[in-house]
Amino acid sequence: MTEATVRDTRTTLNRIGGLFLAFGAFLKNMSRNKIGFVGFLMFIGFVLLTTVGPKLVPEANRADLTAIYQPPSREHPMGTDSQGKDIWAQIVHGGLDILEMALLTGVISTFIGITLGSLSALIGGRLDSFLTTLADVWLTIPRFPLLAVLATLIQLKSMLTLALILSVLSWAGLYRAIRAQVFSLKERDYVEAAIGLDMGMRHIIFSEVMPNMMSYIAISFTFAMTAAIYAQVGLVFLGLVPLTRNWGVMINLAWTQGAIFFRDSVYFIMMPVTAIALFQLSIVWMSRSLEEVFNPRLRSG
Amino acid sequence: MKNDILNQSASQKSTEPPLSVRDLWVEYQIERGMVKAVRGVAFDLRKGESLSLIGESGCGKTTLGLALIRLLVKAATIRQGQIIYRRDGRTIDVLALKERDMRYFRWRECAMVFQSALNAFNPVLRIWDQIYDTVRAHGGMSKDQARESALRLLSYVQLDPARVIDAYPHELSGGMRQRVLLAMSLLLDPQILILDEPTTALDILTQRTILDLMGRLKAEIGFSMIFISHDLSIAAELADRVATMYAGSIVELGPVNDIFYRPAHPYTLGLIRAVPTVTGEFEDLVSIPGSPPDLIDLPSGCTFHPRCPYATDHCREEEPVLALYEEDHAVACFHSDQVRREADVMWKRHDDHQAGETG
Amino acid sequence: MTEYLIETRNLTRTFGSRREKVTAVDNVSLGIREGEVVCLVGESGCGKTTTGKMIAGLLQPTGGQVLYRGRDVWAQDKAGFKDYRLGVQIIHQDPYASLNPSHTVCQILSAPLLHHGLATDHQQARERAAELLGIVDLTPVEDLLTKYPHQLSGGQRQRVSVARAITVNPSFIVADEAVSMVDVSIRVGLLNMLSRLKEELGVTFLFITHDLAVAKFFAWEGRIAVMYVGSLVEVASTPQLVNDPLHPYSKALLAAVPEADPLLTRHKERVQLRSQDIPSLLDLPSGCRFHPRCPFFEEGLCDVEWPALIPVGDGRYIACHKAAQG
Repeated sequence: MTEATVRDTRTTLNRIGGLFLAFGAFLKNMSRNKIGFVGFLMFIGFVLLTTVGPKLVPEANRADLTAIYQPPSREHPMGTDSQGKDIWAQIVHGGLDILEMALLTGVISTFIGITLGSLSALIGGRLDSFLTTLADVWLTIPRFPLLAVLATLIQLKSMLTLALILSVLSWAGLYRAIRAQVFSLKERDYVEAAIGLDMGMRHIIFSEVMPNMMSYIAISFTFAMTAAIYAQVGLVFLGLVPLTRNWGVMINLAWTQGAIFFRDSVYFIMMPVTAIALFQLSIVWMSRSLEEVFNPRLRSG
Repeated sequence: MKNDILNQSASQKSTEPPLSVRDLWVEYQIERGMVKAVRGVAFDLRKGESLSLIGESGCGKTTLGLALIRLLVKAATIRQGQIIYRRDGRTIDVLALKERDMRYFRWRECAMVFQSALNAFNPVLRIWDQIYDTVRAHGGMSKDQARESALRLLSYVQLDPARVIDAYPHELSGGMRQRVLLAMSLLLDPQILILDEPTTALDILTQRTILDLMGRLKAEIGFSMIFISHDLSIAAELADRVATMYAGSIVELGPVNDIFYRPAHPYTLGLIRAVPTVTGEFEDLVSIPGSPPDLIDLPSGCTFHPRCPYATDHCREEEPVLALYEEDHAVACFHSDQVRREADVMWKRHDDHQAGETG
Repeated sequence: MTEYLIETRNLTRTFGSRREKVTAVDNVSLGIREGEVVCLVGESGCGKTTTGKMIAGLLQPTGGQVLYRGRDVWAQDKAGFKDYRLGVQIIHQDPYASLNPSHTVCQILSAPLLHHGLATDHQQARERAAELLGIVDLTPVEDLLTKYPHQLSGGQRQRVSVARAITVNPSFIVADEAVSMVDVSIRVGLLNMLSRLKEELGVTFLFITHDLAVAKFFAWEGRIAVMYVGSLVEVASTPQLVNDPLHPYSKALLAAVPEADPLLTRHKERVQLRSQDIPSLLDLPSGCRFHPRCPFFEEGLCDVEWPALIPVGDGRYIACHKAAQG
């Protein structure tokens, strides 16, 4: 073994060790807030359920008309639907869409919010005036009805299109929040010192301002996710979006098939509703911990 | 030993001191640990005197002030100690008072003007409303009586009473608001006034009027005053006696001239040497090395030893208690003689220099 | 005439709209030579911080000029402006706001070094950062480099601020109340460190403070410029100002300051002012701004004519009709 190899191995091991330490620190900070940690675990649970679950649980494809609206049993943990298909399997398979949608919309709308918000606050002047007026107007538009109308006009075939539309419709709230944050941060003495040291706009945005907004951004991201889920489920529930079978579609089917009127069929509608509700809850609870994770005062050198 | 100083001083005066504090310990729990903010504090506040509590950030002086009128945060506990209040032959054990009686005690027997006093006003209420609210909360006066007293006191503090009483806080300057607070604190005729950093946020000229005012008020109305500050020069201006606080304890207590010209504690000496004067001349200005200790994790023995030039092993092992050094002058230090010698040298050098300048 | 390192000519700064304009700094002309220490003193609202920020190039004047090495800083090309930017640095008042809480000390100091090519890689930057910490008396160096600001005391943070300011080898430092929020017992240490920077690195200082005792201590070999409601009222060498103030406001200030010496302070002669009212920037007094409070007020003169800052010999300047008369 040459000296170089030894050094390289040691560096790699150090890096892996560092990652473990960072992960450990992450978990420790997450666990500072009990509710936040519970939310985090729930969220991880859902992610596993919707990503790994489908590989373990077979899809419910066969219709079995002899087993319509069965209550929960060992064979069907959540009962069966109007066509005798296992609800549990549908839940497992039906979450991925929602999760992907939520993450995609969260990322896109947070990105738009950060970019426009920071530029607006840092550059100011006419750009700022224009964007704030635009945002004000945008916020007065009733979003869901507009979304519903758009859904009938545009072919919403892909996830990405839906994500883009949702993001574009909801940029204004995030923009304003981020803009306000950047405004307050840019007045800080250390930003002024950076200006005095001629550090340049790029450094100021990404090194001085952004790191101090991380918790804010993370929380905005989680709320963007919850908003996206509501919007999507709403659209699907109204039958406006012909996506693959997911929780929203389940609710739609249950509704249209009158599942709320029979006691036996209640599982068909309640399971997806509960799944969505719990998923939303996990995100909201998790956001409580995110503030701790990004708090620099908890770091020690 | 501790009781010696205090009994002796009590016998010096024919009247009993309005306030006696014995062995007071205040601590509060935070995530990191238990903060020992006040540790075994004992002193008397004599009738008509102004006692200054001097210390830097984190020495516990504000906590002590709040403890005297029991306005500590929920997380803080008065672990042990006695606070005895006397007036016209009555004796009250302050720590044993029920909350309802405490409310009477505060403001009517003992008023406190806080550090962030300039922000203590409700911006949407007029001055009169706030005065009347205070009167109503603490009782003892009818509305008319209160109004009359308020107007009288406002003019006493050199404000235009008619203009100020109906004004909103933001219409008054910082100095004016501070004067309103002083007037309000005297409204219910307390025997003791506690002021926490009374002039910190004020400009030089405004500060001067407030300091002069405080001196006048004390001389004419005759209340006893405790004022808490980090500013030595304010103690030099107003105090009859000075107590220097460090890490939750009083390390030196004595008449103002003793403290400044004949200090016996290294911290007091260090403070005096670290503060420049404007019209005097001080050649040897020196910082105290290090920084104040963490009140959760205090050093062993004497809490000042890590920063003390006279520290010995004895200091590292045993914490000195506040004991009488000379008449009416108490110190908590094993090396007071050394400190005194150093102080004498310093002041002699200063006086020589001064004489050289003018001579 | 000796060339000034920093000079302001009729420096003015107004805030607000056309209808409600507030003049925070009104025609301040001051010249500071290389190696000098000048203290700008005054009470809150007198415009000293605004002046300091304009001198440091962090605020643009609405009137007048700031000249660095003889050149108008806002009329230069990019290269010239960059030269000025790096040549003049600021140290802020609040140790709890002057450092980015997300960065370690090493990161705070390395960033400007790497950005301006004063260090070629992280290793070199770290070494230079360690050197700088030594210059500002912050030890143990290795330990402190990895710390975050919240782990440092106020005094330590101020020293890191100073170290950051000298990363780019400035010629001029504006210290804006740099010791006001630091414990009394360590103020002197900080001031001594700054004085050493002056001696060893040849840095010129503009020290802004409301504390006359600190001004006297720091600028004993230099000058003090007194500001009142946006204008300079007196400029003199420190010994001159402290021992023989000429402007009534300076006299009032020096007489009003309490001293940490009981006999001295209780026997000090006070200057009685005619009024306690502080002028509002929205409704300034006519003529001399100080006239409503001035014990030497002369009706018909002081409330009518604005006193210009004129030299009265011996390097002193004063803006007062009565004092100029003699």
